[in-house]
Amino acid sequence: MKRLFSILLGGGLFGYGLALSGMARPEVMLSFLQLRDLGLLLVMAAALAVTTIGFRLAPRLRETTLLGLPFSHEVKPMLAGTVPGAVIFGVGWGLCGLCPGAAVASLGIGNGPVLIGLAGMFVGAYLQGVLAEGRPKLQG
Amino acid sequence: MGFLFPNGVTSYLAGGLFLGLGLMVMYLTLGVKAGASSVLSSTLTYVTPLTAERSSRQWRLLFALAMVLGAWLYAATHQAFFVTAEGWWRLALGGLLVGFGTRLSSGCTSGHGICGVASFSRASLLAVAVFMAVAIVTARVVMLLGVTP
Repeated sequence: MKRLFSILLGGGLFGYGLALSGMARPEVMLSFLQLRDLGLLLVMAAALAVTTIGFRLAPRLRETTLLGLPFSHEVKPMLAGTVPGAVIFGVGWGLCGLCPGAAVASLGIGNGPVLIGLAGMFVGAYLQGVLAEGRPKLQG
Repeated sequence: MGFLFPNGVTSYLAGGLFLGLGLMVMYLTLGVKAGASSVLSSTLTYVTPLTAERSSRQWRLLFALAMVLGAWLYAATHQAFFVTAEGWWRLALGGLLVGFGTRLSSGCTSGHGICGVASFSRASLLAVAVFMAVAIVTARVVMLLGVTP
C-alpha cells in the first residue's frame, strides 16, 4: 500500500511537472527544438538540480529507502547502442516533438492524437526488442 | 533574455522542480531512478514473449498511469487541456523512431537526460549531446521544409 502510494505520488508529480512546464504539448517541445524558445533547458536544469543532489545525498543519510529497499547506484554504462540509438531517437523527437515521458503526460492533458505517437513508440520498442533478443517464439 | 524565453521562465523552472521531486519520491521510496522510456519495454512483456525490463513492469506501468493523472490534475485545475495539430503520420513515424531509438540507447530525455546526467554517467552525457543535436537539426530542417503543423 505504501509502495502504491509512493508510485502514485512520484508519477503524479512527474506528470504534473511535465504538464506545468508545457512539455506535454508537442508544439512546445518543437519550439525548443526549432530554437524558438529555450525553456526545455530550464526544465532540465531545475530537475537536475534536485536529482543531482538527491541521488547523492539520500544514500549517505540512510542505509535503505523509506520503505526499507536498497538504493539503486545505477550509472548507465556505454553500450554499443548508446550513440546509434540516440541518433535515431533524435530524428524521431525532432520530427514529432514527443519523448516517452512527455507523450504519456500528454494523454493526461487530453491530447487524444498522441495515442498514435505512443502506438508508434510501442512498435519501435518491439522491433528493437526483437532485434536485441532474437525473434521471440510465439507460444501456443 | 526575452528572445530566448518569449514565454517567461517561471513555468519551466517550476515544472522542472516538480519533475525532479517526482523522481526523488521514486528514489527515496522504491530506490529506483525512474526514467520514462523503459515503460515501453517493460509493458511489452505483458503481451509479447520479450523479456527486457520484465522485473520492473508493474511499478513502471503504475508510474505511467500516475503521470497521466498528474498531468490531468494540472490541466483540470488550470484549464490547460490541449490537442495537437500535428498530422498523424508525423506522430506515427516520429513515435516509431523514438521508441526504437530510446530502447536501443537505453534511455531518453528523462532516463539519460535527467537520471543519467544526475548520476554523472558519461554514456548519458554523450547520449544527451547526440540526441539534442540531432533533434534540433531535424526539427529545423522539417520547419524549413515548410511541414506544418
